[in-house]
Parts: sequence; structure tokens; C-alpha cells
Amino acid sequence: MNPARFTRVDATTWRLEPHGAMQVPAVIYADEGLLRAMDDKVGEQLANVASLPGIVDAAYALPDAHWGYGFPIGGVAAFDATAAGVISAGGVGFDISCGVRTMLTDLGSEEIEPLKESLADALLATVPAGLGGKGGIRLDETELDAMLLGGAVWAVARGWGEPEDLIRIEEGGRMAGAEPAAVSAAAKRRQRAEMGTLGSGNHYLEVQAVAEILDPATAEGFGLERGRIVVTIHCGSRGLGHQIGTDYLREMALAAEPAGIALPDRELACARIASELGQRYLGAMRAGINCALANREIIGQLARQVFTRLFGSGGRLRLLFDVSHNTCKLERHRCADGVERELHVHRKGATRALGPGDPSLPEALRPWGQPVLIGGSMGTGSWVLAGCERGRAFASAVHGAGRSLSRHQALRQWNGRQIVDELASHGILVRSHSLRGVAEEAPGAYKDVDAVVAAAEAAGLARRVARLRPVICIKG
Amino acid sequence: MARRGFEHFAHDADIGVRGYGPSKEAAFEEAARALTAVVTEPEQVRPERAVTIACRAPDDAMLLCDWLNALVLAMAEEGLLFGRFEVHIEGDTLTATAWGEPLDRSRHAPAVEVKGATLTALRVGREPDGTWVAQCVVDV
Repeated sequence: MNPARFTRVDATTWRLEPHGAMQVPAVIYADEGLLRAMDDKVGEQLANVASLPGIVDAAYALPDAHWGYGFPIGGVAAFDATAAGVISAGGVGFDISCGVRTMLTDLGSEEIEPLKESLADALLATVPAGLGGKGGIRLDETELDAMLLGGAVWAVARGWGEPEDLIRIEEGGRMAGAEPAAVSAAAKRRQRAEMGTLGSGNHYLEVQAVAEILDPATAEGFGLERGRIVVTIHCGSRGLGHQIGTDYLREMALAAEPAGIALPDRELACARIASELGQRYLGAMRAGINCALANREIIGQLARQVFTRLFGSGGRLRLLFDVSHNTCKLERHRCADGVERELHVHRKGATRALGPGDPSLPEALRPWGQPVLIGGSMGTGSWVLAGCERGRAFASAVHGAGRSLSRHQALRQWNGRQIVDELASHGILVRSHSLRGVAEEAPGAYKDVDAVVAAAEAAGLARRVARLRPVICIKG
Repeated sequence: MARRGFEHFAHDADIGVRGYGPSKEAAFEEAARALTAVVTEPEQVRPERAVTIACRAPDDAMLLCDWLNALVLAMAEEGLLFGRFEVHIEGDTLTATAWGEPLDRSRHAPAVEVKGATLTALRVGREPDGTWVAQCVVDV
């Protein structure tokens, strides 16, 4: 994208003043290199979002932003229901509450080295991954509804998780306001065999080693020390969430015009928050969030089984935190005009990043701020950040590296076997049911995650705590 | 002269599917082959089972989105892949048969699961040479 289109506010803030139908400015947080690498469509989509009814302050794009579905991925937008504000299925995305959790071990990287191959094989055998990977849990209609209401709290009550996990999951592991009745029968059928499954694409389970500490005090508060092994899981609400996205995107696209909402593009499909459709979507989307929270809790428990089997009591996994990066949540924020408002904050490919002292954080994490978990690629590494004192973009931060090459381009450049062998020569074991999937997720197809998190820190979105190096990657 | 076939086009995070052919129906059939090709080679899918699909939408673009999403749902619910398609469109209504088989991970080596067809880059139209084009981005 050409930076000349924007006014540069500082080294990492770029602003497009309202013009045409835009109600508010569009703001991009990125360094010049990342901004130049963004597709022009990010700017177009952001300007479109800024034109939606009831938007507050600005439409934001973060350093990992890329072209999405109506809303850019790596985007944040907040809407005021009392000002005819809208909620958008595209602004949440198909993989509702897709997110990341990191679990801590007491193991040093040298302790897992002798068992690395067995650990990789056992994780692949235990955690269903990839297309066609079915979970061992089957829910009848009553249990499925209980899961949609209870999220990770439901999973823990059924023995698929530990009670102490819950305070370290957003919303305490259970999103209030879920309405299972607003979820279609097709969405529920699609979830039948998918509880406790990773899915495919960019989803993964990784065993990682803490490679570098940038903020020693916060790292200690988080329980991270150099050389320590952690387990990170990236996945979402599986078929149920995808079908909720499909169902409501269509319904909102067709209902917008009769409801008097002029859409700059059909893909911005949305409904007024205060409408019957808006409220029904909120209920369904919250049920989707609970599905994702339950799913990650179950997968965490499967990982625990493997670690305990191989390492005994030393293989205990404790949850550092669990974040979601495709959501719309009702939050209270002080707006640019100084007034506090209840806002529906859409984070599409963006992580909530609460600062130190936030009362909704568990006591043990409160002095440091919320852990913000950032996935890179399987060859480069991932990051743990922490929320800043005075957050920006409604207390939001980046969610990942973002792709630099399309899947199509990646397939033309790499083959899966070559990547698995090359990473093995660097001590990274990749296990996957799909070599083509590995090629599409080649490390070279992703942006430089180090540059993305450095820009996030420079922009005041979150601060860097520790860099994680991949050791084993189970690709979905 | 109208062409027939399918291709993928680039999207930052996901992938675009495009079918083209001498009629709207042919373009829809080819778009469905492009959808399967996101997962595996359509030629590798044996036509062992037939599934019938019907959808109705106020315009051609939404009809394409509905058609692809009906296939995504059938693939997800039944664990199927499809390789052959026959589409009929009359007014706002599509009726179709898709032939396929259960997913076999070793033979089909599936790359990725399709989450849904989106309204992004969604277009059904006719090129100057008479070729019908049906396309959209699918989320994977």
C-alpha cells in the first residue's frame, strides 16, 4: 500500500481522514515496511468499515493486517448500539473465537530431547488434526446445548480440563449470553464429531522452548524462563462456528438493505445490534465462542495426557492463558471524546490486550497485564506479549504474522517433504497428515513475525515479553 | 468461443475459486470442481455416491455462494469429497447432483478443510467472448 495515501502521525501510526461515506477516520498501526507490504485492499476495506453506522472513534488495522472478508484481518472496530450501531458476521469471521492458548511445563528443553520423536508421534496420534481427523467425543443434542452454554466450564465439569484453568481463560471460560437456539441444526450437525479437534489450515499444536526473554519481570510473573518448554495450541470453533458464520453472513447480506443499511460492499453484511437479527447473531456467536473455549480446553487435556504418560509428574501442564482473536464483545471503553461507553468491539484477527491492573485479570497476572499470545510460523517462532497500561484500538493487539504469500503461491514454491526435512535439520519436528498442507503453510509464506511484534510494541499496542522457538509442530 | 475449466486465484489469507464455461450451469459446475481442488485433485475422487442439492437465492451471485456452501456442508457432515457435478438452474432455483466418495486420507491427501464460501470477490457474469464466470473466495 502506498503510504502517501495516509497522514503519518508518528513512526507507527497512519491516519486516513474521513471522506465520502466514512463516519470516522481509518487508522493503521504499522512501521513503513509493513504498511508498504499490505495489499491496497486493506485500506479499501478499512475505509468501508469506517463508513458503517454507529462506528466509534476509528476503524483500526494492526501491524499484521491483511485482506479479509469485508473487514480486514488484523482489524478492530467498535460500534455503539445506542447510536444505531451494527454487528457484522464478517467482522467476526468464519472461525468464531479462533484463538491461542499457551501451557507451561516444568521441563527444560534438554529433558525432552531424548523423547522428542516419541512425543511428536504421541501428540499426532492423540490430538485429532487435519481434514478427516475425528474426535473421540460425541455429544447428543442436550449435551451439545450444554457445551454451547458452558464453554470450557462445561469441559472441565465433564473431566476434559482442570478447574484451575478457568480463571486463565477469557470470560472465565464461559461466554455469557449464548443462545443455543440461535444456532442452526446444520451447524450443530457439523459439530457432531469435531469436539477436541484441531482442524486444518493454519491451526496447530506446538511444543516450544522459551528462546529469549525481553521483559524479565513480566516473564517471571508469567512463569516463563529461558530454555523452559511450553505447549501452544491454535484452533477455534470448528464446523459449528464456520456454519454460524455462513448462515448469518447470508442472512445479514439479504436483510441489510430492507433494514435501511447501505452497504458499500455486500461482504460487509451486518445488522443493527438492537435488531432481532443482531441479537440473534450475538446469541449464536457467543455460543460459537463457548464451542471454541471448550474445544481448546479438551485439546489441552489431550496434550496433558501425552505429557503425563511420557514424563510422569514432571509433565504437568499449567495454563498460562487462553485468548480468542475472532470475536465481538460488549466492553466499556473511554472514547476519544472522553465519554465512557458500552461498545460492541469487533476483533477480527486481533487479540484483546488488557493492561496491568485490569480488574478482570486473575490476581496472579494483574501486575503484568494480560498475556497476548502471537503465533508465527512453524519455522520461525512465536511470541508472548503483554497488554500495555494505556492500550490502543480499544485495548487490542496483533494476533499473528499474517501471510505474505497466498496458498497458491506457496504451493508453487515449496513441497511439503522438502519443508519437513529442512526443519528437521534445524531440530524442528513437523508432524502432519497432509504434506500439501505443510507446503501451503511454509514458513516463507508468512511475514516476519519479529517485525510484526516489534511494530506492535512501538505502536503501544502490547509489549514484548518472550520469544518462543518451535521444537515440535503438529500441523492441522 | 466460450472456454470451460476452473482455476484458483490469490487472496491474502485464503483462496479464490473460479469456474468458467459456455453456460451459467457449466460455470457453477466448474466452480465446484475448483472447490474440491482446494482440498484434493478432483480426478482422484470416485463417483461412488450421489447427493442431491437444491437452493434458491434472489440473485445469481448469492445462488453461487449457496451452492458452494451446500457442498461444504455435505462434505463436512458426511465426510465426503465430490468430483463430478451436474447443475440445473431455472430462475432463482438451482438443483444439482454431486457425485463423490468418503474422504480417504491416504489416497486423497487432503490439504485443507474449507470453512465456507464467502461474499468476497463473489461474481457471476459473462465475459465478452460469451464465457460464463462464477467465482468467490473460500475461507480455509
